[in-house]
Amino acid sequence: MSFSSSPPRRVGVLTASPAVIMLFAWMIVPLVMTLYFSTQYYNLLYPGRTAFVGLENFAYFFTYPSFWTSVFNTLLLVGSVLVITVVGGVLISVLVDARFPGQGIVRILLISPFFIMPTVSALVWKNLLMNPVSGLFAWVSQLFGLTPINWFADWPLLSIILIVAWEWLPFAILIFVTALQSMNQEQKEAAQMDGATPVAIFRYLTVPHLARPIAVVVMVETIFLLNIFAEIFTTTGGGPGDATTNVPFLIFTQALLEFDVGAASAGGLFAVLLANVVAYFLIRLIGKSLDA
Amino acid sequence: MAGIARVAGSWLVALIVFFPILWMVLTSFKTELQAFSMPPDFFFGPTLENYREILERTDYLHYAWNSIAISGGATLLGMVLAVPAAYSFAFHPSTRTRGTLMWMLSTKMLPSVGALVPIYLLSRNLGLLDSRILLITVFAFVNLPIMVWMIYTYFRDIPKDILEAARMDGATTTQEMIRVLLPVSRGGLASTALLSLILSWNEAFWSLNLTTTHAAPLSALVASFASPQGLFWARLSAVSTLACAPILVLGWFSQKQLVRGLTFGAVK
Repeated sequence: MSFSSSPPRRVGVLTASPAVIMLFAWMIVPLVMTLYFSTQYYNLLYPGRTAFVGLENFAYFFTYPSFWTSVFNTLLLVGSVLVITVVGGVLISVLVDARFPGQGIVRILLISPFFIMPTVSALVWKNLLMNPVSGLFAWVSQLFGLTPINWFADWPLLSIILIVAWEWLPFAILIFVTALQSMNQEQKEAAQMDGATPVAIFRYLTVPHLARPIAVVVMVETIFLLNIFAEIFTTTGGGPGDATTNVPFLIFTQALLEFDVGAASAGGLFAVLLANVVAYFLIRLIGKSLDA
Repeated sequence: MAGIARVAGSWLVALIVFFPILWMVLTSFKTELQAFSMPPDFFFGPTLENYREILERTDYLHYAWNSIAISGGATLLGMVLAVPAAYSFAFHPSTRTRGTLMWMLSTKMLPSVGALVPIYLLSRNLGLLDSRILLITVFAFVNLPIMVWMIYTYFRDIPKDILEAARMDGATTTQEMIRVLLPVSRGGLASTALLSLILSWNEAFWSLNLTTTHAAPLSALVASFASPQGLFWARLSAVSTLACAPILVLGWFSQKQLVRGLTFGAVK
């Protein structure tokens, strides 16, 4: 094969270089700067007064009252949304898998939320649906004689979880519906002939077939869910208190509201570490199936 | 019978999932009074008043232009970097290729907030805060790993004989790419570009933190309606509809191709 001869190899290095070098710079420059800032006293309000403070920023960030809450919120947000979207996605995909009139339209409706920008979905949910006085949910609960829920006051994190799950459910559906199309229909029919119940078919044929797509959905969603920001920024601003503050939002408040670059950098490194721990397990779990 | 229940169930679920979007669009055609009314107004005489207000008062076109320029620019820059890289990984693989691809994906897992402080300070010192060129660059880098992966999965499926044949006929690498590869893979390239457009258009974290007004895209304009004085729901709905419509329609037309890209070809 001429592909392994020497000039093509040079071509290979040359063509890959721009992307690799740029991406490396995009990764390493902020990382080194963050490392440096994390050891400095550096507040944008007093730019002249910088000093080396060792690990003080880390100590400050890790003992910050909101820190553990934000870690907990981050994990709860990622975990809940993953569970809702994967379980809901599988069930809905199986439901709409059969051929029926209007199937195309049903699928388009189902995947639409994925294309709505986060700032829009957050504001539409907060003001048009979840508003305790004039939101649609309030009206529906009154129809049933219930007291409307004051979503963002009483269940702030749950409200965020619902919004984010609504945004990501379509992604799971999109992937699972596609995966179901490639399922072996003869096998399914044979199982039906042998008297397998729909539940058994779902359990022993559909779910194993979906294992890999589920792994992919979990990985892609986790990448994005660890970074959830706009939904919180536009609805609760992290509150009430720190009820909806996740790690990204906490760092944002440190950096751009309190101008504490040092503490924000220490937090940034923690976020990188957290993502790496998650990524390590994910890549081990899924890395192989991506290489197929 | 079970069939009918299933069809009805499918439609019901689809309508529930789609409902917030439908409600947003409906509200955008109401007066502010109707938008607040309780019980909600389902039947009303539609008005274009909100759209007129948005276009007249908010400088909507400025933000729309920013969105177009930034996501278009980021997509272009991303493609210029991603296509050669994907070509290299697919057709000139070395022992390091797999590792490099995995490393690229892992950079996507680094949280944006980890880079926020340094990027903010760098762009401030370079005088690039609130500039389109900054967002173009940032979005291009943010989406680059996914774009490389996506194009790589398309290139990988192209029979190598085609390139061999071209090379036999004396084609240079550049000719090989432009004359042979790009035409064969234009569907894949188009859907990659589309995904980059969608992600850039909807991006909010960097837009909110690196821009104020000059370079702010639509996602930032919508966010400005979160403030108390912006509590005009019909108007909010109108600006949201305007901000989402182009990407929503693009998404509808490209759903099939997107799956492959979003899953790096792992789901077919």
